[in-house]
Amino acid sequence: MTQASAPMKAKHQRMTLVVLALLAIVAAGLIAVWALRNQANYFYLPEEMAATPPQVGQPVRLGGMVQAGSLETLADGVTVSFVVTGNEASAIPVRYSGILPDLFVEGSGVVAEGSLQQDGTFLATNLLAKHDENYVPKELEGLDGHKAEQKVAETTLGL
Amino acid sequence: MLVEIGHAALWLAAALAILQMVSGALALRDAPGEPSPYALYARPAAVVQALLAAVAFATLLHAFAVTDLSVKLVATNSHSMKPFLYKLTGTWGNHEGSMLLWVTVLALSGGLLAFAERRLPERTMSATLAVQGFVALGFYTFLLLSSNPFERLPGPVAEGIGLNPLLQDIGLAVHPPTLYVGYVGLSVAFSLAMGALITREVNPNFAKVMRPWVLGAWVFLTFGITAGSYWAYYELGWGGWWFWDPVENASLMPWLAATALLHSVSVLAARDALRTWTIMLGVVAFSMSMLGTFLVRSGVLTSVHAFAVDPERGTLLLVLLGLYIGGSLAIFALRASSIAEGKRFTATSREGALVVNNVMLCAILAIVLLGTLYPLLTEAFDVRVSVGPPYFNPASAIFAIPMFMVMAVGPLLRWKDDSPARIGPELALLGAIALVAVALVAFLGDYPVLPTLGLALAAALAVAALLPLKGRRLTRVPTATWGMVMAHFGVAVALFGMASESAFTQERLAAIAPGEIEEISGWTVQLESVDPVSGPNWTAMEARLSVSRDGGEPVILRPQARNFWSPAQATSESSLLTRWDGQLYAVIGDAAGVGADGKLRWQLRVWWKPFVTFIWYGGLLIAFGGVLAIVGRVQVDLRRRKAVRVGAERRDEKAALAGSRPAAPEPAE
Repeated sequence: MTQASAPMKAKHQRMTLVVLALLAIVAAGLIAVWALRNQANYFYLPEEMAATPPQVGQPVRLGGMVQAGSLETLADGVTVSFVVTGNEASAIPVRYSGILPDLFVEGSGVVAEGSLQQDGTFLATNLLAKHDENYVPKELEGLDGHKAEQKVAETTLGL
Repeated sequence: MLVEIGHAALWLAAALAILQMVSGALALRDAPGEPSPYALYARPAAVVQALLAAVAFATLLHAFAVTDLSVKLVATNSHSMKPFLYKLTGTWGNHEGSMLLWVTVLALSGGLLAFAERRLPERTMSATLAVQGFVALGFYTFLLLSSNPFERLPGPVAEGIGLNPLLQDIGLAVHPPTLYVGYVGLSVAFSLAMGALITREVNPNFAKVMRPWVLGAWVFLTFGITAGSYWAYYELGWGGWWFWDPVENASLMPWLAATALLHSVSVLAARDALRTWTIMLGVVAFSMSMLGTFLVRSGVLTSVHAFAVDPERGTLLLVLLGLYIGGSLAIFALRASSIAEGKRFTATSREGALVVNNVMLCAILAIVLLGTLYPLLTEAFDVRVSVGPPYFNPASAIFAIPMFMVMAVGPLLRWKDDSPARIGPELALLGAIALVAVALVAFLGDYPVLPTLGLALAAALAVAALLPLKGRRLTRVPTATWGMVMAHFGVAVALFGMASESAFTQERLAAIAPGEIEEISGWTVQLESVDPVSGPNWTAMEARLSVSRDGGEPVILRPQARNFWSPAQATSESSLLTRWDGQLYAVIGDAAGVGADGKLRWQLRVWWKPFVTFIWYGGLLIAFGGVLAIVGRVQVDLRRRKAVRVGAERRDEKAALAGSRPAAPEPAE
């Protein structure tokens, strides 16, 4: 061991440590902020997806209400298609292969993870429905009012 | 009647927490070295408080065991038809009960500290107990004023509402209590750090007292997270083992901080370096466990753990959080400059490597923290955001990968100062292993970058973890060193499991009629039948699957789609077949209409997850390594005490033989 790399002065060393730690934490913060800003578009409501669609194939989440009467099981028995609606008229067709979450029903909220396809359907790889009576995906809070309106519209329009 | 006794015991415990706090604090007014008349009360107050909290918890446990439906908490969370085990575990399957468990564990560990810890100077101990009393008082206040678990109903109800079926599992008996012990152990470490800071006793002696608490807390956190991950894996039926769910993050963040603290407190104990840093990490670790409690208990985040959502209580918890974190940071700011410089070391020493990894752990902590809180932040501006694996995985990997590399090398370096050239052959070996692993994975197929790197690092780490044993007589290696080797090897094993699961998992999804066959990765899965079955508080459709591997002996799997009636909820019970090299994971879904041949079809989802079990084996190894480290430290401590005692006896004998009076009495230990 040469003299040059002998232990530094203690004060000096403490400063180096603090600077190193701060640099790493700041770097972590910057990376986080940068990545999170890119993520800001990660969650879409149906009207947002209709207005500014994400790139085809980009993994995003789509959250909204499962339109009543739109749920349909395809011939293979495991693929379902349904329509997700938001606060406005826009509706996004969704296709999902898999076992539906336990509380997945028409007229309730859902968050679909997946990506938009070339043909405008949303191919979901995972569905987050509510797990129990109290659970509403955070992103969907406030959509319940819309659901009520829609119910009213559905039940009164035909009359 | 019992319930009222429990309620009263809780109030008394709160009163004792005040006594403990005041007595500890008053003792600090006297000059150092002088025995303080006030200090007398702090220890007994902590011990009796622990007993009272235990009584309070026992009465609530009893109320749940006998399903006392005149108690509001039991009526809203239990059901007389529930299996007995879930009646008991249901005690903490709700907000009030789990807070009571938290407070009880806090009181018990405070009592243990007061009862058993005799190595610290009395002044430091008084300050520590005062801080511990202050922390406990906050939680008693919270519990008694806003979440009283002992509230009676005006009259008993006929039947309880029941427990969320997802919680009706053995996991609830294991996961929350172990995590709480971990959280609370960090509170003791925090109190010790504050006590040492206030009385200017930040030195190796203090670190030796703090270390077992940090190690213990960390072992329980590790075990709790591992158990929770496995529980989510088999219970939710999604086949995933980590969801970056806010509440999972709330348990990961204290673990990351505790891991950093554990290593820095060891440096302080062994080398008298990193004094300020250790204290800071003590504050951060406890802040993270407080933040975790806040996130879970206040209901600001919705998640799969939302069973305890309760927004009104958030404010009080937030006040507590601010008080503890703000107060400790203020003390830290006032006293940090008084901490003397520790021993020096170079960048290429074991301390240097530990510092790098401490910083990396803190950076990962920052990444997870920001990702967890970001949705809350944007919500203030009315923007809804989900933060998920696309953020967490790469962002944390940026710091995790260098951390794993340094972790492989660190234990090979010498304390204080070392030259990288000395461990050149080992470095070359580890680099070669990683490169071969990457080449091998690339040869096998086209896999994503992160799992490939994970596999390579796991291979190198596994070898690196064992290298510190090279050239040593295995029988003479200290137990604590075995602990380190075990824990580091566990990290490699867990990393291998994670990378393997995400790279090699095969999935098959189909709608098949009884009698039909599906194939997946050498497994043949035949649906034999689907029949209705029933349990104590549920009915289900149960599939009978006959699975065999490469034409071997068939095994029967029985996944179920369950319907609980109180509360009304459906869950899917997965069925797992464990082999040494992975798990077959089967879930049954809904009836999927009639097939082409006119038979009723059922949705079936099957995964083959190679080496997925290694994730949890690794977690257990890590926790076991921690246990070994504690055992090793206790052994050394006992041996040293014995040596001191024998030495003192010999000196006395010599003095007696020499005919002179014994020298001044040896200070005990």
